[in-house]
Amino acid sequence: MMQFIHKYGSPKYFYQWSYGWQRWLTVITVLLLGFGLYQGFFVAPPDYQQGESYRIIFIHVPAAWMSMFVYMVMAVSGIVALVWRIKVAEIVIGESAVIGASFTALALITGMLWGKPMWGTYWVWDARLTSELVLLFLYFGVIALHGAFEDPRTGAKAAAILAIVGIINIPIIKYSVEWWSTLHQPATVAKFDKPSMHISMLIPLLVMALAFKTYFMALLFARTRTEVLAREKNASWVKEVVEQES
Amino acid sequence: MKEFFDMGGYAFFVWWSYGIVTFVMVANVIVAKMKRKRIFKQLQELSEES
Repeated sequence: MMQFIHKYGSPKYFYQWSYGWQRWLTVITVLLLGFGLYQGFFVAPPDYQQGESYRIIFIHVPAAWMSMFVYMVMAVSGIVALVWRIKVAEIVIGESAVIGASFTALALITGMLWGKPMWGTYWVWDARLTSELVLLFLYFGVIALHGAFEDPRTGAKAAAILAIVGIINIPIIKYSVEWWSTLHQPATVAKFDKPSMHISMLIPLLVMALAFKTYFMALLFARTRTEVLAREKNASWVKEVVEQES
Repeated sequence: MKEFFDMGGYAFFVWWSYGIVTFVMVANVIVAKMKRKRIFKQLQELSEES
């Protein structure tokens, strides 16, 4: 396990193996987005209660899932960074925080745009919406701490601690619709019995969710690779990379 | 066609949602590419100095 982490987390080796992943994930993302949008707009029928407005679900729910998934990626790299002092993990904290914050903002904005026609209001201070807003501020905190120190490794350590403590917010978001009464509808897909959604609507939703996931991973690889080069600028392998690619 | 863009009267909400999501996801990619270019330029200058 430790050997594995040290090997794949060494800046030079990471830069090499991540290239192919980034390429393929980008191709897969484009294909999935095309298929998911086609299914979502042209195959899935209108909802019998919400009409065409429910089509926001195909981006709202994936963005909301990603806001939590990215947080877990960030927190786990925080643990790896604190325990094993892996440089690449330290970088991943900051890079995933930026992407996570944008997914969280998108979940909130698309939620508001869906809430207005369905609930009659853009915003209510209920548990689900408020805890998702707290998640956005946690991301901002991680980004700020990550860049607040002269030494980026100290910043990464501070950001990692905040990210780990903030995990407490994730189950609160997930179960907020069960624990407190709310306007927000409860889970339709991620629950123990069968999803209460027709297959023609479920397929585009799951495809879009997968597309958002591969998008995130491709972007995370791209951003991390750049930052690895910047941090390791004095290493001889970085000089070779720069000479080769220019 | 008109029917499609009308989204059963919900055009404003549906298209703003998709528009903002598209904008943010594309902007994220462009920002990442610009940063990569900038870092590469700095690294090139660094290696020319030495």
